[in-house]
Amino acid sequence: MAAMADAGGTRELTVGAGAGAQQLGTDMVLNIGPQHPSTHGVLRLKLVLDGEKVLSAEPVVGYMHRGAEKLFEVRDYRQILVLANRHDWLSAFSNELGAAMAVERLMGLEVPERAVWLRTAMAELNRILNHLMFLGSYPLEIGAITPMFFAFREREVLQAVMEEATGGRMHYMFNRIGGLKEEVPAGWTRRAREAVDLVESRMPALDDLIRRNDIFLARTVGVGVLSAADAAAYGASGPVGRASGLDFDLRRDEPYLAYGELDVPVVTRTAGDCHARFEVLLDQVYASLRLVRTCLDRVDRITGPVNVRLPKVVKAPEGHTYAWTENPLGVNGYYLVSRGDKTPWRMKLRTASYANVQALSTLLPGTLVPDLIAILGSMFFVVGDIDK
Amino acid sequence: MILSLLSDVPPLTPLGGDPTLEDFGKDPWWIVLIKVLAVFVFLVVMTLFTIWYERRVVARMQVRPGPNRHGPFGLLQSLADGLKLAFKEDIMPLKADKIVFFIAPVISTVCAFTAFAIIPFGPMVSMFGVKTPMQLTDIPVAVLLVLACSGMGIYGIVLGGWASGSTYPLLGGLRSSAQLISYEVAMGLSFVAVFMTAGTMSTSGIVAAQAHGGEAFGWLPTPGWFALLLLPSFVIYSISAVGETNRAPFDLPEAESELVGGFHTEYSSLKFALFFLAEYINMVTVSALCTTLFLGGWRAPAPITTVWAGANSGWWPLLWFTIKVLLLLFVFVWLRGTLPRLRYDQFMRFGWKVLIPVNLVWILALAGLKVAQKSSYSTTDKLMFVGVPLAVIILLALFWPAKAEEEPKTVQEQVAERPEGSFPLPPMDLQVPVSPRAKRLTAERETVPASTEKEV
Repeated sequence: MAAMADAGGTRELTVGAGAGAQQLGTDMVLNIGPQHPSTHGVLRLKLVLDGEKVLSAEPVVGYMHRGAEKLFEVRDYRQILVLANRHDWLSAFSNELGAAMAVERLMGLEVPERAVWLRTAMAELNRILNHLMFLGSYPLEIGAITPMFFAFREREVLQAVMEEATGGRMHYMFNRIGGLKEEVPAGWTRRAREAVDLVESRMPALDDLIRRNDIFLARTVGVGVLSAADAAAYGASGPVGRASGLDFDLRRDEPYLAYGELDVPVVTRTAGDCHARFEVLLDQVYASLRLVRTCLDRVDRITGPVNVRLPKVVKAPEGHTYAWTENPLGVNGYYLVSRGDKTPWRMKLRTASYANVQALSTLLPGTLVPDLIAILGSMFFVVGDIDK
Repeated sequence: MILSLLSDVPPLTPLGGDPTLEDFGKDPWWIVLIKVLAVFVFLVVMTLFTIWYERRVVARMQVRPGPNRHGPFGLLQSLADGLKLAFKEDIMPLKADKIVFFIAPVISTVCAFTAFAIIPFGPMVSMFGVKTPMQLTDIPVAVLLVLACSGMGIYGIVLGGWASGSTYPLLGGLRSSAQLISYEVAMGLSFVAVFMTAGTMSTSGIVAAQAHGGEAFGWLPTPGWFALLLLPSFVIYSISAVGETNRAPFDLPEAESELVGGFHTEYSSLKFALFFLAEYINMVTVSALCTTLFLGGWRAPAPITTVWAGANSGWWPLLWFTIKVLLLLFVFVWLRGTLPRLRYDQFMRFGWKVLIPVNLVWILALAGLKVAQKSSYSTTDKLMFVGVPLAVIILLALFWPAKAEEEPKTVQEQVAERPEGSFPLPPMDLQVPVSPRAKRLTAERETVPASTEKEV
């Protein structure tokens, strides 16, 4: 342990007059994390405080680095989906989807239509699941404990639907190169539609409880304002970017899956504060619920296979491609370079959370500790997605 | 000898009657001991019950069952938790100030228990043949004792936060000291109207003063309960009571998403249990004080007394008192289940800029009303005294000049304001050339200015 502590960075030593004066009147240094209730996971913030005011905030990332990108290089194309779906554990389906799309594009595979629509429906269901998680946890960080349980009640309903089709509740592993693992069970679309109806009918309970709450407004309106220019400069995307007025959504602007045939409503706000970010998330849930319903209707009308026959050894031809998807938390990119082997030569991840949390360095200094928590929570990140 | 001594003292109030200040201080030592034990047991049982009650109620609000395993309806859950706490390892942080670290929870708990001594549970009762009021003690300044105890109780929190020798507890302790001091002022001011109306600070006297409704101006019937008669005071007391007990939405000293556990982050085992106990006793105390000062104390509310005349005699009042306290505790739980947490500065602003001024104006108005009621001025004079100042205030409020909006600073001004030695800025009109290496991909791309600010 001691050796580790010594190895961590150089030590500064002051001798002579003034030595020790460093400790007098210095500002309080507080480590938020790596184990702290509000960092969901192991993000660590090194704060210098003046009373409760944050003078500087230095994020220390990497506690959860699992070397996913390096591992991609030693797994064949079927296996990398398992790794790809794990870095952002709240949007596993969307993650494996992006990786599968990159491989399919490089191999020139055409995905059957039914699989495309099923994938779209599930990606949207996954988006709702992800958003509901943050809709519950964000008020919790502000101090309201009840929305969490309302959000989880709805999550449970949708998770049952996903579980029925995929067998998983978190890491679905339902995507395959060229389609889906298997056909969904008989009557699944009906049950999925019922679940969507149920969630839509109960969403107002969560909405009414928190969206217009005076204390919630006082805590979030005008707090942590991220301007559109800053958001763009940091590469913020997804709900965080759209709350700042960046009208950018890959589902509409560069459609993949079946989004080209859907009328995707892009929820935006211009305020760029914590409340705008929260509202984008909330309204996005309603929008996604409607999208799911449309997709399910289409799935019912399409018959055919949901995957393609693959050779025993899947090899992508030599070349490179970049696939990007609008993940629940923002733009996820997969840069795949192949040298014709059965494993990728390199697969670079561009994760949404990593880009979004970069904006923290401008948002945090000058705020109070409670605001810091409010801002941190409103950036909607998953630590695994930051550290990869 | 004893008989002759006794004959000097004024006669005791009859059974079932309202105790007066003369009835106190005459109990034999063993009665006092029984009462002390009763108060202690009441508080501990209430704490255990309240924890269960809170968890069950908040669980109902959150569509989940809550504790339901240990004992009937999970009633023994908090007892089990308490026992578990006692058997946990007692951790003393390396940097802690050992003595203060130990004393802090003791201060908190002792103060919490002491405050309950003056809460009246009921009228005169016969205890093993001795006529005695159902209240440990009463003094002419009883309510101030509660304020003093809660003021002392803050030391427990501040010292606990300081002695832990760690940052989160220190922040929590500082927050709570500022918070409690501010809200103690608001709380104390909300008592003033009660004292003015009841004419006494003794709790038994205040309960007696709420027994019957009165009349204002000789014709307007007024309700007995001070909660209705002195509504602003009641509202302010309720708000500051939540602040005083560190409960949501004012639970800033132990905001777990910000400060982990606040002042008790470093505490474990029995010392933590003492802090926990003190917090819940404080909740019971402010609820009991609210019952006493504003909700008619141990007296049954009107519909019960009209149907059943004996409701206010014997040991029954203990029941009414407990029900009222539990209803108030429900409000605490309800708030916690509904509201997010305020930010520290918003909370302080609310206390100092809203609660205290409103309270002062209300006391002034009430005092004016009392003077007007007693004096011999004619009705027109009275209306003049009220109307003219009111009109002046309204006119002033209407025509008060609005604060001029500050103009937003331009980028140049902001740049000029940066202190010496700041990070160098690139020139604002910088043109970013296209990278020659990327020529293949960006052949048609034009150069773009780095900043789109018009004023630069």
